[in-house]
Amino acid sequence: MLSCKHILTIDDLTPDDVALVLDTADSFAEVNERRIKKLPTLRGRTIVNLFFEPSTRTRTSFEIAAKRLSADGVNFSASASATAKGESLRDTAKTLSAMSCDLVVVRHKYAGAPQMLAECMDAHVVNGGDGIHQHPTQALLDLFTMRRTLGRLQGLVVGIVGDVAHSRVAGSLVPALRKVGARPILIGPKTLMPPRPEVLGAEVSYSLDEVLPELDVAYMLRVQFEREAAMPIPSVREYARLYGMNAARLVRAKPEMIVMHPGPMNRGVEISSEVADSPRSVVLDQVNAGVAVRMAVMYLLLGGDSSGAAA
Amino acid sequence: MALLLKGGRVVDPAVGLDAVADVVVRDGAIVEVGEGLSIPKGETIDCSGKVVMPGFVDVHTHLREPGREDEETVASGTAAAAHGGFTAVCAMPNTSPVCDTGAAVRFLVERAEERGLVRVHPVGALTKGQMGEQLAEIGDMMAEGAVAFSDDGRGIQSAGMARTAMEYLSGLGGLYVAHCEDESLSRGGSVNEGVVSTRLGLPGQPAAAEEVMVAREIMLAELTGCRVHIAHLSTAGSLALVREAKRRGVPVTCEATPHHLFLDEDAIASYDTAYKMNPPLRTPEDREALVAGLVDGTIDCIATDHAPHAAHEKELEFELAPFGVIGLETAVPLAVTHLVRTKTLGWGDLVRLFCHGPRSAFGLPQVRLEPGATADITVVNPDSQVEVDASWIVSKSRNTPFLGQTLYGVPTEVLVGGRWALRGGEVVSL
Repeated sequence: MLSCKHILTIDDLTPDDVALVLDTADSFAEVNERRIKKLPTLRGRTIVNLFFEPSTRTRTSFEIAAKRLSADGVNFSASASATAKGESLRDTAKTLSAMSCDLVVVRHKYAGAPQMLAECMDAHVVNGGDGIHQHPTQALLDLFTMRRTLGRLQGLVVGIVGDVAHSRVAGSLVPALRKVGARPILIGPKTLMPPRPEVLGAEVSYSLDEVLPELDVAYMLRVQFEREAAMPIPSVREYARLYGMNAARLVRAKPEMIVMHPGPMNRGVEISSEVADSPRSVVLDQVNAGVAVRMAVMYLLLGGDSSGAAA
Repeated sequence: MALLLKGGRVVDPAVGLDAVADVVVRDGAIVEVGEGLSIPKGETIDCSGKVVMPGFVDVHTHLREPGREDEETVASGTAAAAHGGFTAVCAMPNTSPVCDTGAAVRFLVERAEERGLVRVHPVGALTKGQMGEQLAEIGDMMAEGAVAFSDDGRGIQSAGMARTAMEYLSGLGGLYVAHCEDESLSRGGSVNEGVVSTRLGLPGQPAAAEEVMVAREIMLAELTGCRVHIAHLSTAGSLALVREAKRRGVPVTCEATPHHLFLDEDAIASYDTAYKMNPPLRTPEDREALVAGLVDGTIDCIATDHAPHAAHEKELEFELAPFGVIGLETAVPLAVTHLVRTKTLGWGDLVRLFCHGPRSAFGLPQVRLEPGATADITVVNPDSQVEVDASWIVSKSRNTPFLGQTLYGVPTEVLVGGRWALRGGEVVSL
């Protein structure tokens, strides 16, 4: 069992919780290799995917996870809106609550929306990404992938490269890495760094090349400039030159260094095609891990015990 | 009809008064202040244990009428003001429609005469629709009774437009009230940029978004000679700029709000929109600097920025919820609790910050506790306690981060021109 009712931020989980999620996900990962991938574990439970932002990858991953556990999964797409334009988040929460669902996965454009949901409904709430704040299941699947590929988490040096300021992935991954004894380094131009990175507990470097030889993992963030009114970098070309992962950089990295990316990738910007398709890239392993980790989260929150996991 | 306020501690530094004394009021004016006074007929109010002061004024109130009468009206807002110990408020122009014409000012003046429990001094817009593009009819509004001009809620982004407004205004002897926020830096940030914005994943606005414009307004005040009042000053950097400008003799004054004086960003533990205001809550260091600014006189007044909002609008996602908190009813008790009881300031300082300072900055009629003066009087019981809860609040809105707190120093009596607006802690309806 987890020590928390909801997973709103990665800080809801203790280090033991994180270990339990990863271990449980290990057994679900085996299930996902079978020809028949379905378990009866969550039969009769209702899981709602409440997505206020368009998302195909994350939603599909949660949806598959729910189906593999035999839960009844429902997709509820809505648009984030002020009162004048539609139903408030509180009313949506109360509406879902009245339908007696057991677990709600929420993706929202604004930070804090999962907290708000958790306050006004009985169901378990899992944050599927809120604004530029957090995306805890992404961090868990990233830890899972690192552990599977490199055999450990303790002491790993993980460079998180790119638009950290606007990345909910980084928002969860940094504290998650700290929880398991790894060492996160934020790398990118200063205009893409959060105002107070030390609050997250991470080191900062403005030069990828300087820290590259130290890294066990290069975690390349998607560069999302459409969020910005005034471009925080001179050009995509310059960004790729200074911070993109390419074959030349791979040569200067540790031979066992892996390259990760939360997707969707901008090939030629933060990651070259050559790297993306190389054996050093574990991008598809991350996607694969996503289903197992989300199964583990659903299973553990809804009160399953570990004996039923791989039954 | 005569009134005798008997045995209170009468405090008014403007006339060198801080002593237990009696005050006699007749026909709307103070007729006598002294010891052992009596009146042949009329009412005697026992003020022993209370502090009797010249009428407090809030120079930064949003009354929401016209346009958002569901959030506040002239009637409810002035009732809240009386409940909070104020005898007058300055009403900000960002209503719907914006108060940017003489007719709009006249509406407010007439509405206040008809329904206001305390005096209402309109503040007109500097630019049409507060759009920052074209001068509003400042002279027309002045003729109808506007006491100052402001695009509060949105600073004038163009320095050229701000200069034009100051030039025009200074020619007429008017006051420019500055909302200092460079929007290219603040970019709609919901909280202060820094520790809390990073932790909560909320867009932040840096202190520099305010300070850049404070510096600009000071330079333009020097260029044009216009009197400038900096509204809701919130950072140590802004305060240093004002302190230095005052030293050079620039005609600049400033205010700080109770929330910036008594809260800092560390109070924002979660996504409670009761803590969302503009400017945002700043760092503990900024907060301490502001308190020091009250003590050394750099800050001329405490002003509430009373900003009522409907509950259903405040209950939105943090980034979507409107900025602003109510403040009329908690300002004086907060100041008594955190400044007077802690001996940071004396009662005379409180009178400076709530009465003479703001009146002088805004050119409002001065009120003094001396014979011949208008009987605008605020009486506070320094020892009485109140728990701030929804039922105690008179304002139509409840958006305050101070809910649930126990405060000292509740205003008990308010006289406006000799008429009761508050008596025994209860609002006296018209």
